[in-house]
Amino acid sequence: MISRRERALNYAILTVFAALALVPLLGVVASALTPAAQSSPSFTWPDRLDLGNFATAWKQGHFATYLTSSLLVAVSVVVLTATLAILAGFSFAHFDYPGRSLLFYVTLIGLMVPPEAFVIPLYFNLRDTGLTDSYWSLILPQTAQSLAFSVFWMRNFFRSVPAGIIEAARLDGASDWRLLWRILVPTSRPALLTMAMLVFMWTWNEFLLPLVMITDENKRTAPLGLAFFQSEHTTQYSLLAAASIIVALPVVALYVFLQRHFISGMLSGAVKG
Amino acid sequence: MAVTAPRPTARNRLAGAPTGRSARRRGRVQWKGYLYALPALTVLTVFLLVPLGQLVQISLYHWDGVSASTWAGLTNYTDIARDPQLRAGFLHAFVLILFFSVIPIALALLLAAVTTRAGRLRGVSVFRAMIFLPQVVAMVVTATAWTAIYAPDGVLNAALRTVGMEAVTRPWLGDFSTALPAVGLIGTWLQIGLCLVLFIAGIGQIPTELYEAAKIDGAGAVREFFAITLPGLRGQIAVALTLTVIAALRTFDLVYVATHGGPGNATSLPAFEVYNRAFGTGQVGSASAIAVVLTAVILLLTFLITKLQPKEDGT
Repeated sequence: MISRRERALNYAILTVFAALALVPLLGVVASALTPAAQSSPSFTWPDRLDLGNFATAWKQGHFATYLTSSLLVAVSVVVLTATLAILAGFSFAHFDYPGRSLLFYVTLIGLMVPPEAFVIPLYFNLRDTGLTDSYWSLILPQTAQSLAFSVFWMRNFFRSVPAGIIEAARLDGASDWRLLWRILVPTSRPALLTMAMLVFMWTWNEFLLPLVMITDENKRTAPLGLAFFQSEHTTQYSLLAAASIIVALPVVALYVFLQRHFISGMLSGAVKG
Repeated sequence: MAVTAPRPTARNRLAGAPTGRSARRRGRVQWKGYLYALPALTVLTVFLLVPLGQLVQISLYHWDGVSASTWAGLTNYTDIARDPQLRAGFLHAFVLILFFSVIPIALALLLAAVTTRAGRLRGVSVFRAMIFLPQVVAMVVTATAWTAIYAPDGVLNAALRTVGMEAVTRPWLGDFSTALPAVGLIGTWLQIGLCLVLFIAGIGQIPTELYEAAKIDGAGAVREFFAITLPGLRGQIAVALTLTVIAALRTFDLVYVATHGGPGNATSLPAFEVYNRAFGTGQVGSASAIAVVLTAVILLLTFLITKLQPKEDGT
């Protein structure tokens, strides 16, 4: 059906844009593999491959600590968000009570409100309760932020489960709690995976919140650590590039394996109330 | 709502109303529903909704974050209109919309029109994954990559020198006239993949018969684009606009790492001013007022964009 010329043109366009997307990132990879002696303030093409920058960046930049912080925060946010979103999504999809749609729309506010809006009062509230500079100051606000999308996502999924399955469970005398955890949650595994991936990525990449909340160097998240590392190593780009890869790699690796989940989830992220 | 990726759409068609109806049939208020929603609503209220309310309150005071605050009324707001530096911040944000939204969407539409049937090519998912990659890389890393491109001895200047355009070379992010467009182009690079992937998926959902009918009617490529492709992509365009406009207005990490708002205030943006004033210069009230206005602008634009969306998609 597709003519040869058309196909060639399509591939050409796709190739050009794939290259445009990749070149800056490949520049970082190439620079990171450049021997330290050959380093410059910009991209470099290595004479020989050298993994030394990664070791140096890892040690000098304390990235082991930063990655641990990021991992701890991101996993906590994912688990908390998933649990709360499953419960709330179930409520909005399967129960009937006054104010249900109003409460649902209230949760959706979080989709449109930028973190810049609530970070100021949040900082002073948490400071007054002594929670700044703790992982809680990252975990709880980011759970709140992720809930808007996640509740919406789970509610939609639960509503799509065929009524027959639910009726059958009810006839078997399953309680709401059992219905949710034994039937609905297992069937929603693909949706849960997509949601978990997205929440993990958003939390891992978040910058403003850790910048505001964290002053203790040992609690810095990976992107925050990178920003500080950058201001200290502006001239040695190969080192900075290696550090950038360390920070980006966990999410990119997940993306390589689960790209369909990422893309479908992110493109549906724009919602109208 | 607008769900564009193929799978969620199928899911939503199913979503109809079967389960909601079965609940209603029983006809009584299911109080347990509140219980299930309670934990999520509590977290949302404490960490998002209450702070939002407090933000408005703080914006009405002069406060340095430490000593007692004094009533300011609306002066923090009127200052936004009066202070040229703040006005510039909002102006820059609107310039960024051009780079983050208008250019990527226009370009992606054009490309999508040419690659009408790219969705059905072999290996398209690999291309899609590569084109979409910038979206998942941490902004701090993206900024690091582009600072190397724009650096005085960077890739861009080196390329210009090799083609004999020595005169044009400059420290792109350090030059008053080019810093903002340079930041904007990073945004174009970031968003074009998102738009392209969205539109290619959208075109795949337009019935082929429409294109065949147009061919039979003798419509050229241009008419085909305006009569079929463009209206068929209305939902996707609305989604792309929402995502990219919000991204443009919220830009913070990129500017924080790449330019720190400079040179001078050539790349200062509302989100950056919010951070800078609240946590740098001790003007918490003013920062809050900027945050309120920024949020209002985002909500207003999101609302206007949803008006573009085809009606049958609504929740």
